[in-house]
Amino acid sequence: MDFDFPNPVKIVQRTARDFARQAVAPLVKGMEENGRFPKPLIKQMAEVGLLGLVTPRKYGGSELGFLARTVAIQEISKVSAAVGLSLQVHHMQSAALVDWGSKEQKEKYLPRLCRGEFLGTCAITEPTGGSDLLGMASAAKPAQGGYSLTGSKCFITNAHLGGAPLVVVKTGEGSRGLSAFIIDRGTPGFSVGREERKLGLWGANTGELFFKNCRIPEANLVGDEGEGMKVALKTIGEAGRPGMAAIALGIVEASLEEAVKFSKGRTLYGKPISNLQAIQWGLADILMDFETAKLLCYRASWLKDKGRDCATHMTMAKVYATEAAVRASRRALEIHGGCGTMMEYPVQRLFRDAMVCVSAGGTTEIGKIVMSRAVLS
Amino acid sequence: MHSIVCVKPVPDPSRFDKLRLDPDTMLLRRDEAPAVINPMDRNALEAAFELKRLFGGAVSALTMAAPSAEEQLQETLALGCDRAVLLSDKAFAGADTLATARCLHAAVRRLGRFDLILCGGCSADGSTGQVGPQLAELLGIPDLTFVCRLELKRKVVRAHCRLENGQAVCETALPALVTLDSAANAPRLTPMHGIQKALRKKITVWSARDLRLAPKTVGLAGSPTRMLNIFTPSSSRKGEILQGSANEVSAQLIEKLRREQILAGGAR
Repeated sequence: MDFDFPNPVKIVQRTARDFARQAVAPLVKGMEENGRFPKPLIKQMAEVGLLGLVTPRKYGGSELGFLARTVAIQEISKVSAAVGLSLQVHHMQSAALVDWGSKEQKEKYLPRLCRGEFLGTCAITEPTGGSDLLGMASAAKPAQGGYSLTGSKCFITNAHLGGAPLVVVKTGEGSRGLSAFIIDRGTPGFSVGREERKLGLWGANTGELFFKNCRIPEANLVGDEGEGMKVALKTIGEAGRPGMAAIALGIVEASLEEAVKFSKGRTLYGKPISNLQAIQWGLADILMDFETAKLLCYRASWLKDKGRDCATHMTMAKVYATEAAVRASRRALEIHGGCGTMMEYPVQRLFRDAMVCVSAGGTTEIGKIVMSRAVLS
Repeated sequence: MHSIVCVKPVPDPSRFDKLRLDPDTMLLRRDEAPAVINPMDRNALEAAFELKRLFGGAVSALTMAAPSAEEQLQETLALGCDRAVLLSDKAFAGADTLATARCLHAAVRRLGRFDLILCGGCSADGSTGQVGPQLAELLGIPDLTFVCRLELKRKVVRAHCRLENGQAVCETALPALVTLDSAANAPRLTPMHGIQKALRKKITVWSARDLRLAPKTVGLAGSPTRMLNIFTPSSSRKGEILQGSANEVSAQLIEKLRREQILAGGAR
């Protein structure tokens, strides 16, 4: 059994780490202050190849796979989980087009996504909720040469940064009553609403999408009509959840580093607090969570790269890693004592970011339902 | 324009604090600090890529290392090198800088015509800065070290070389060898779309036999220097804070320095 990464993944890991240090770290303060995603970063991510990690080479990607993607998102998220989220959702749209897009759609959109002309977006959640797909209200009705879409989407990552979001809406009833479409920015009837303010992940763009009699050509239907449920579940299950897991993994690792650094530097009773057993136990807990989450995340991505059934493992990795991120960042925050509640210490950001990760891509409870189905079936 | 860049895998400098000496074997435990391309060698690669952009030609990467160095050579290919050569043989183990330079010399000869050899100013681990100049000496070509600015005009290299207290501007005709300083340029990040392309390129591996090197001239046997011991220095120094006015502590300090015979008796 080989626990070492293949060479290409090692190279991706180092490059992502260097990129995070050089290009992302200087932007974190500004993102925390103004809550905005720094747009020039999109081109920089494209140049280094981060945007095309799961896209085939013939469409401008590097085709390095999901393990490389997990490792890259982890490294970016260690520095900024907000940038990690923007990147992971970008990959979700790429993965959906790779899996379900027509040849024309792949040729039209994938190279543009790799070049960073815009970020990828997937719009599924509505005010009625994200997990109850059949409860959505947005609907597309047949119209001349295509469809007419009316409805809205909320909590959409990269809403204001996407150029052609993938949108899943109703086209009928039941599980075969959903369909997926690409909707080009600028299409009459399509508008972007307000930018949301969140508990954490400040700087990651989240917003609403509105559609009012929005005419979509038939060529923009992704997969067949009625396959929207499959598109949504596969994209969330095999790209969205591992992406959130990778972000959480980065938060756990950052929590460990911050806790170690603080405990070695903070002196109490004449000695660093790392000499105190109560602190040591906390560090050990974070380390165990980190190592466990790593194994789950890497194995799930490895299964995906091997083309094996991975949805349950992806969900397990997501549930464990996001819950671990909350535990680890809270423990790290407690180790910081009063300093942990001060905005000048990054640990408060890690805690807020971790909390947002738990519900994104399906709550822990939804994840447990998915996992239990696998053992009960 | 054919540039040859000598690269060395070193433990990741950002994780040097994780390096430990195995108390039994006295070898470095590298698990927590995996190998990376020596940082100044990245400056050398960047300089070579810039010359290729300006004048065309090819860039070859060359290293003498264990087989695991294929990873770093793959990265040089992903960065933009046209060819990568690994000199690997059990006989090369334990080589000091001169024995290393001999291997590189034989490999450069085998690679054929070249215009410029580029190396990092020194490695992040050994930090001797000797291999480049030794290689130049063996090849009988001029070398310019710790170059922080490099220009090439009509087969003449003009370089700003870093000195302890300034810079020397030097010129030499090609072929030549230069070692690059970290201030020379900003090395590019490895483009991820280059990785798959790199995997399709074959890395050439040469042994001592391929290079026609006699066993006694390479590795530990061919090394005129020996490492006698390696240890973690103990830090037993203690600080002492002198109390009193500026005049009083100055007098106390001078008295202490005289007692330790650091200052001569007549010092004021």
